[in-house]
Amino acid sequence: MSAPAAPSSTAAPVPAPAAPPVETMTVMVNGKTVQVPKTLPDWQGKPAPTTMLQAAKIAGVDIPHYCYHDKLPIAGNCRMCLVEFGTPMMGPDRKPVLNEDGTPKISRSVLPYEPGTPRGAIACATPISPGMEIYADSKATQQMRESVLESLLINHPLDCTICDQAGECKLQEYSVQHGKADSQFVETKVHKPKAVDLGPRIVLDDERCILCTRCIRFTRDIAGDDALGIVNRGSYNTISAFEPGKFDNNYTLNTVDLCPVGALTSKDFRFKMRVWFLKETKSLCTSCGTGCNITIGSREGVIHRYEPRENDAVNGPWMCDSGRLNYRWVGRADRLKQVLRTSADGTLQPISWNAAIESAALILTQAPQGSVAFVVSARQTNEELFLLKKLATHTGALTDAVPREGEPDRLLVSEDRNPNSNGVRLIGMAFTEFGFNLTKIAEGIAQGRIKTLVVFGEDVTQVGIGPELLTKLDALIVSDILPNATTAAASLLLPGAAHAEKRGTFVNIKGRLQKFQKAVEAPGEARPEWEFLHELVHSLTGHNGYRTIEGLFNQMATEVPAFAGLQWAQVGDTGVTVQI
Amino acid sequence: MSTKVVDRAPLTFYERTYLPAILGGLKVTAKHFADTVFKGNSVTMQYPEERWVVPEGYRGAPYLVKDQDGATKCVSCQLCEFVCPPKAIRITPPGSEGLTADRKNAEKMPKEFEINMLRCIFCGMCQEVCPEEAIFLQKDYSITGENRESMIFNKEKLLKLGGTHAGIQKWKNKLEEAQAQETFPVDAQ
Repeated sequence: MSAPAAPSSTAAPVPAPAAPPVETMTVMVNGKTVQVPKTLPDWQGKPAPTTMLQAAKIAGVDIPHYCYHDKLPIAGNCRMCLVEFGTPMMGPDRKPVLNEDGTPKISRSVLPYEPGTPRGAIACATPISPGMEIYADSKATQQMRESVLESLLINHPLDCTICDQAGECKLQEYSVQHGKADSQFVETKVHKPKAVDLGPRIVLDDERCILCTRCIRFTRDIAGDDALGIVNRGSYNTISAFEPGKFDNNYTLNTVDLCPVGALTSKDFRFKMRVWFLKETKSLCTSCGTGCNITIGSREGVIHRYEPRENDAVNGPWMCDSGRLNYRWVGRADRLKQVLRTSADGTLQPISWNAAIESAALILTQAPQGSVAFVVSARQTNEELFLLKKLATHTGALTDAVPREGEPDRLLVSEDRNPNSNGVRLIGMAFTEFGFNLTKIAEGIAQGRIKTLVVFGEDVTQVGIGPELLTKLDALIVSDILPNATTAAASLLLPGAAHAEKRGTFVNIKGRLQKFQKAVEAPGEARPEWEFLHELVHSLTGHNGYRTIEGLFNQMATEVPAFAGLQWAQVGDTGVTVQI
Repeated sequence: MSTKVVDRAPLTFYERTYLPAILGGLKVTAKHFADTVFKGNSVTMQYPEERWVVPEGYRGAPYLVKDQDGATKCVSCQLCEFVCPPKAIRITPPGSEGLTADRKNAEKMPKEFEINMLRCIFCGMCQEVCPEEAIFLQKDYSITGENRESMIFNKEKLLKLGGTHAGIQKWKNKLEEAQAQETFPVDAQ
């Protein structure tokens, strides 16, 4: 049987070599017999003995837990996953004791000094043994959960009304599922610091903390910045930063996701919107070539946050802070919202999309072969690049994309700051090294050979094609999202859509083809580029592609060798690997 | 279920003259006429100068209330916005850089709170769901405006109309409890 923790391989084109047979053992969870592997990957991917929690998960039983996380070292401190269990009884001859009907006799776990009282074990850290029985919903287990929750709530302020975690809080959820309504504790609650400034992006409310230490383990073992710890004693235990206000590595916001309660909250998302109003859309981060899977939280056309979405083939459950907070530009007020064309008197006048497409088709049809150049962006989707490639081939154009590089880190941030560089290469809009043709294009314009320039999503004035060169052109067709020096010089301006406003696919630096969905509407007249490019390709070449992104992708898959055999529907939420 | 047709009883000749019905009506009119003219018992009301006294538990327009210290009770938890069946309530949360609350210790207060009185169906769900006892259905039943915009009541207007509701001041109590713990030994109460 396949291990559940293994990355979901969604129809990989090359079948993996046959794995060696997995050693299994039989355990019983809530009366149901299951075969589970003897070992499963731990947080580092190394084989570790299967625990009761993992065995229960394979059996389809969820055991509540706070401190346990499958991508963090096990701490076993919250005690929420306590369960009653039993093991086969052994006689003095080391042979199993049998019941009268021949089944092995099970001895339930009890306190050694008080055999009438069941003794639980934490499911997250207790390895299974052959024939073990796990009683995940027995009366004793339920009582243990009630008591643990009651203890966790001794000093919890219950200020859910102003807590950003409300609605996605494990303490709320488990209190409803497993807790009891009243508490035996009548003492005054211990008050701890509130709204502590832990770092530039994190606020800590110590009263809400249940001391599961997930944040400490994450920042020590995953982010490699041992910045957090627990100080003070007993009821006064508090999470604290080594240097106050200096919890500032590029992965701090993951601790907000990890925090099962509302102790660690994001300064960016603080008091912005209650989570139950957010529409969740599966998307991708576009800040670098890693292509972290994200969930966009939006309400009524406004993006409120990005959250990482688990994909073991790309980012695991994490993402960097810089990528996560890079969403405000989508809703900027100065977004390009109008289709504009230079009129006879030299000013830009708004025109309709139909007129713009006709105009662009006319320019590209009348342009002699070799007098056109395309500068595209590696921030565009494969589908758009595919359509642009058709236009470039039709006009015999020189093409290139703009490189964008930055400092990489050891975890997720890639050196390549373009989300779809490999898409550009696979579709053939640029060489392996971007920017090779840019100098040729600049020369061509300077010498008057190139008279028409098509720019998508880039500011060419930043890469050697300055404003004085742009004035030499007969036509400058520009599509972009935000205004820049190139859009200001355009003779035909086509407002495009941000990735959150359209659907499409990217290929990341490792060759993972992933798709993203639409979260919000594009502002004004702005449209997804693939929609108007499809119309332009149709009016120019007569080739009628597909009106849907699914059809367009499937068409592309038949024409681009690297995507051969793929279907839109086949590219699941976590993508497929293609040959780069 | 089958339908049973009941035969209408035929009218008598006297009834067919319609006189008994007319006379019955005139009798009621004459009684009220006599009551008003001779006894001064008016059956109508000089609305809007005179108004009905609405009974306890009447569900009128929902307004926001302040506590006994004059502080806004609403913490912008947005549960009323969520529960409101006709989506009449619209709350703008303060955001991370927004204003903090006008009362101590509760960090949150709505930046804007709007109720569209044209949408409101006076069901009382907002009052029932409110964990802060900050919104109450009050006794206003006659809400008029010159246009649709004026029927959207903002936070300022709702607080002004709502008045004060003295209740448990939980945020203030929490603050006092925390302040008591700052001294050692803790002042046991």
